[in-house]
Amino acid sequence: MMNEKHVISMLVDNEPGVLSRVAGLFSGRGYNIESLCVAETIDPDVSRITLVTRADPPILEQIEKQLNKLINVNKLRDLSGPESVQREMAMICVQARANNRAEILRIVDIFRCKVVDVGIEHYIIEVTGDEGKLMALINLLKPMGIKKIARTGVIALKREPG
Amino acid sequence: MKLTGAEILMKVLHEESVDTIFGFPGGAVIDIYDELVNTEINHYLVRHEQGAVHAADGYARASGKVGVCLVTSGPGATNTVTGIATAYMDSIPLVIFTGQVPTHLIGNDAFQEVDIVGISRPCTKHNYLVKRASDLARIIREAFYIARSGRPGPVLVDLPKDIMITKATYQTAVKPKIKSYRPHYEPNKRQLGKVIDLIKKAKRPVLFIGGGVILSKSSKDLTEFARRSQIPVTASLMGMGAFPGTDPLWLGMLGMHGTYRANMAIGASDLLISMGVRFDDRVTGKLDTFAPKAKIVHIDIDPTSIQKNIPVTIPIVGDCLHALKSLNEMAEKNNLGDVPRSRKSWLSQIDEWRSTRPLAYKTTKAIKPQFVIEKLYELTEGKAIITTEVGQNQMWAAQYYHFDKPDHFITSGGLGTMGFGLPAAIGAQVAHPDQTVVDIAGDGSIQMNIQEMATAMQYCLPVKVVILNNQYLGMVRQWQELFYEKRYACTCMKSGPDFVKLAKAYGAGGFRATRPDQVVDVLKKGLSYDGAAIMDFRVEKEESVYPMVPAGAPITEMLLV
Repeated sequence: MMNEKHVISMLVDNEPGVLSRVAGLFSGRGYNIESLCVAETIDPDVSRITLVTRADPPILEQIEKQLNKLINVNKLRDLSGPESVQREMAMICVQARANNRAEILRIVDIFRCKVVDVGIEHYIIEVTGDEGKLMALINLLKPMGIKKIARTGVIALKREPG
Repeated sequence: MKLTGAEILMKVLHEESVDTIFGFPGGAVIDIYDELVNTEINHYLVRHEQGAVHAADGYARASGKVGVCLVTSGPGATNTVTGIATAYMDSIPLVIFTGQVPTHLIGNDAFQEVDIVGISRPCTKHNYLVKRASDLARIIREAFYIARSGRPGPVLVDLPKDIMITKATYQTAVKPKIKSYRPHYEPNKRQLGKVIDLIKKAKRPVLFIGGGVILSKSSKDLTEFARRSQIPVTASLMGMGAFPGTDPLWLGMLGMHGTYRANMAIGASDLLISMGVRFDDRVTGKLDTFAPKAKIVHIDIDPTSIQKNIPVTIPIVGDCLHALKSLNEMAEKNNLGDVPRSRKSWLSQIDEWRSTRPLAYKTTKAIKPQFVIEKLYELTEGKAIITTEVGQNQMWAAQYYHFDKPDHFITSGGLGTMGFGLPAAIGAQVAHPDQTVVDIAGDGSIQMNIQEMATAMQYCLPVKVVILNNQYLGMVRQWQELFYEKRYACTCMKSGPDFVKLAKAYGAGGFRATRPDQVVDVLKKGLSYDGAAIMDFRVEKEESVYPMVPAGAPITEMLLV
């Protein structure tokens, strides 16, 4: 139960300063942010913030209450469980020399991800999945030499009934 | 109707029935001031922007209205921060208008530019930067609405200079609607029913009340409820006055400098009904030994206060006034019957604590600060509005002035802001011109905003300042005495000033007592003086506040005189 990972999803007013209210609340109260993802929704006045935090149950309760107290947070949900779909995307630039180019492509194939940029000595691989899949891929690519990596952090949506 | 930003601001202030502003002009707000003088609003020119916010705060606490201040950009704005944080910690409704550089200069490090919205974000309930004149009216209305509703708090509105001279359409009063902000006033009836059940079973119940009872104006209902169910009442510093300090059910203040009986009652209690409190560390002491035998009921309008520090048996989100009205109705319907009579042994136990360990101090040849407050209480018949600075003066005021009414004890509880008392007294005096307003101060604290004496003089506000002058930063000195083997590092302030001469320099009355037999005379002279006055009491230098619970100890383990 201690320090479980939670995916918190909120709909917020799409206006300047809202992200800093959310982020400031976490830093000011000593809560932790593992990842944070923000973008506009279908309604241009509303953005969705998806935030991953680690906290024990009483702290999580405080985090949710404190976030709800922010005037610009309209709706908040914990989307950690199986009743939600969680995904993360990463772009991984991996060293690709003659001796391992084929191996990398095989891995890309197995993981059903994509090569989105090719160079003489590198591939950029685009991968989408849950955290487990991303970590598995990263671990496999590490020995080849990961030059750089960009991850979006988790986004999540609650499954619709039926 | 097209009006300039400054005109719209005045219109909305009128809508909100604002008749008093505390402020300090400057370049960025000159257009607002130019418009302000055409209105009926009384503007009080302070001597430092921190004073403006504390004065607005004192005004709000004394009047129950929203306090308003107006300051310029840059340093004007940053000077308000301590005042804003003070009001935020104590949930006081304020609207602070700060000037800002013209919109096209924002972000350019322009003259007197500061990101006050960024700076004040963690210490305001909400804040706004107005970017379009067409948003202005809506934002100001929202600011007032947010400040006064739910758990009240300060709201800052940053006003760029160009917006104040831009014309926009003004529509008369539209009720603000904020989709994500709906304070929850009505408590859950079923949960309240459980409270009544617990009261029936409880042998040693205690009511613990805080600022929420005062803010929700529910003192009367609380008093009725406590008397009806014969439950003794204790309060946090912020709750002083919500229950009559002369009532037999009154336990005195709780916590670090609480009374023996209040702290012991919490230790023995089997039911703690807490209302409008947030279980601050100064109240609870060591958390896991706080009210160890009690089932705890917590009623508060702010959900974040509940289950934050103390695990609660019955959490109830709602306004204290609504809760108490319902509880009184339920208690009446349910007929508590024999319950009040069954409290006999509990109440006699409390009486025993009261008589064996009353608030006490040792008399010597020097003036005892507690004695000064006792005499002040007698001479003002307990009716004065008391503001305090922070430290020993504040604790002695809370212990020895027995507040019978809410809104009469105005103190910086949460933030503990030295320099609060004098400007707050000015604000309270503005709200109640005919009442006696006394700032109980220390010689350290009073110097933090002493410049506001000039404000009191300019507007003929007869505030009285009682300085308990021990030439120390007394509370820190007390800690050093008790926990740092008397190493008085940097707490001695023996260089003065001469407060009597200082008072006279401001044109105020100045009086001094150096012996106990002069105390009453000096108080009489000061209190009856026609205008602002400073009374300088040279008190016992190394007097400490007792009882005292060392930081982090259980509240039942008190150091006593």
